[in-house]
Amino acid sequence: MLENLFVGVADWLRSLLGGLGTPVEINEAIVMLVKLVAILVFILLNAAWLVYMERKVAAYMQARIGPNRVGPKGLLQPFADVGKLICKEIVIPRKADIVVFLLAPVLIFVPTVMVFAVIPFGKNMAAIDMNIGVFYLLAITSLSTLFLWMGGWASNSKYSLIGSMRVVAQMVSYELPLVLGLLGVIMIVGSLRMSDIIAAQEHVWFIFTQPIAFLIYFTAAVAETNRCPFDLVEGESEIISGPYTEYAGMAFAMFFMAEYANIMVICAMATIMFLGGWHAPFGLDFIPSWIWFFLKMYALIFIVMQLRWTYPRIRVDQLMGFGWKVLVPLALANIFITGVGMKIYQAIGW
Amino acid sequence: MLRTQEYFLNFGPQHPSTHGVFQIILTLDGERIVKAEPVCGYLHRGIEKLAESRTYTQVIPYTDRMDYLAAMLQNLGYVQAVEKLMGIEVPERAEYLRIISGELSRLASHLLATGVYALDIGAFTGFLICFRERERVMDLLEELTGSRMTLSYARIGGVADDAPEGWLDKVKQLMDAMPDYIAEYNGLITGNEIFQARTKFVGQLKPETAINYSLSGPVLRASGVNYDLRKVRPYGIYDRFDFEVPLGENGDCFDRFYCRVREMQQSVRIIQQAIEQIKEVGGPVQAKVPKVLKPPKGDVYHEIESAKGIIGYYVVSDGSNKPYRVHVRRPSFINLGYLDEMLRGYLIADVVAILGSIDIVLGEVDC
Repeated sequence: MLENLFVGVADWLRSLLGGLGTPVEINEAIVMLVKLVAILVFILLNAAWLVYMERKVAAYMQARIGPNRVGPKGLLQPFADVGKLICKEIVIPRKADIVVFLLAPVLIFVPTVMVFAVIPFGKNMAAIDMNIGVFYLLAITSLSTLFLWMGGWASNSKYSLIGSMRVVAQMVSYELPLVLGLLGVIMIVGSLRMSDIIAAQEHVWFIFTQPIAFLIYFTAAVAETNRCPFDLVEGESEIISGPYTEYAGMAFAMFFMAEYANIMVICAMATIMFLGGWHAPFGLDFIPSWIWFFLKMYALIFIVMQLRWTYPRIRVDQLMGFGWKVLVPLALANIFITGVGMKIYQAIGW
Repeated sequence: MLRTQEYFLNFGPQHPSTHGVFQIILTLDGERIVKAEPVCGYLHRGIEKLAESRTYTQVIPYTDRMDYLAAMLQNLGYVQAVEKLMGIEVPERAEYLRIISGELSRLASHLLATGVYALDIGAFTGFLICFRERERVMDLLEELTGSRMTLSYARIGGVADDAPEGWLDKVKQLMDAMPDYIAEYNGLITGNEIFQARTKFVGQLKPETAINYSLSGPVLRASGVNYDLRKVRPYGIYDRFDFEVPLGENGDCFDRFYCRVREMQQSVRIIQQAIEQIKEVGGPVQAKVPKVLKPPKGDVYHEIESAKGIIGYYVVSDGSNKPYRVHVRRPSFINLGYLDEMLRGYLIADVVAILGSIDIVLGEVDC
């Protein structure tokens, strides 16, 4: 019952609509729309509560208590914050390029939302199971560079400009090890379809066969989302807040939420590619697949948060050096080893 | 035709990591610094001038407002200068209380410097972990003096009041726990790979340069110059305590930071010894001084080792009940003298690292 909860809801909706006598195409469109809205609501709620989670994790790591006033245990704090941010004026700097300035926070959410279309949250729970799912995801996530850059450029402030320069340098540099890291897994599976990759991990997760790839991917992914220790883009002690410096109110909140949604994306991706997606470990199948997926995803998010509240920030030249001199060669070596290993396995005849 | 161009960046006065209202006008080539022009004075209150229209005792609260992070040490410098001028003998017990509260102040200041430096480098947790203990130090100081930051505890000829009952035990408790806490800071901040990569060999300062620019305090000692006034020219009763002077080797940001961490350990040692020794010392905490203080005509210069460096008070008396002139040698201000040359060639991120490692407090820079 729980296992097929969401699939069941979709089927129920279909049969309900079928009883109304409307054409099948319209019914399917409505089901699709419901799916989309559900995912959107899920992303937004999740992003809001991830902010809460971040604050709680930070608080407990720093011998504090964290938000605890709004709602039970402060659980409604994110909504109070969003309410406040919506009410605030969006201050537009006098010399800003207004159109681009306002477009950037709107568009920043687009790639994030698009990406969720291909993520399988559980057995048969992907909105679209695309045959180039991984490629699609990587291609779409790269887009967010552009929007951050737009925000920084249009602000017409020096701090924003420095920040957005860093965005471009960092995201482009870390895209490469990110993709190369994933390549090891894709070589083994021989498919870019998410469901194939998850199916291939039914017995052994790829984190065990591709541990280096996992580390490379995870490091590069943390850098991609501009999280500490790679949060140079924001670098509050150096360049105030980077591209977001001039943003206020909801415009800022959009960037902020997009960051958390992106963390969700990278952790979901790591779960799919390396942690067996929605497969249950140790044969614990009685727990529904989507619960397993979220457990793994939130465990990774927790690690990302701990990283942030433990490490200092790396410097910009060290960041580039680490990306190009360590991660890229390591990823290439991993691909080479994987290729050789596959050939040997084939020769043995496994 | 594409060409590159240098540009200016106003770093401060409203910037999260200038530790107050300090401004540096940076000339940048990309992210690299070509020239740095420090601008101070945003917090200038004219303390030296104000002192001229106050009686000698009334000047004490003004000294608090300079280095408000280690207020007791500021009090102490001024008070000892006036005592020197008037030839007042301070009772034994008062001397010990001055040492304890002074070293507690130093501890508070260094805890803040350590934590804030972690924050400058980007580790927020280090900041709050250091504040956890700083809070306890502040509580102790509050219990002793009634105030957390601006203590005004020292008086000419002694201290304001004796320690409340049980206070010394509380101090001892914290001091016994302190080494473990410092080990925790070392684990969280000092030992961190990224932290070391960010700070080692950044903003190196040669011993000769440090001496030529009259730098003092941990900034000087990190360059390997063994010059701590508490050892070189012991004032008060510092000659009775056994402690070491931590030195650095490379004179880089890391050494300056680590010097402070090790100085905290030494402060703890001093306080522990002082608590042991004060048990046998009773008596008053205030010498017999006239109600109206009228030091003889003349001038005096007295300097002590404050948390930021050597703080010197120059007091001129014209025989009246108000000082004719008070001038303060403020270590934070003088330590900034070499900032421009130190910053050149480094990246924006290093500005924060270097400025943080000098550990300035704007109340003292601008006076």
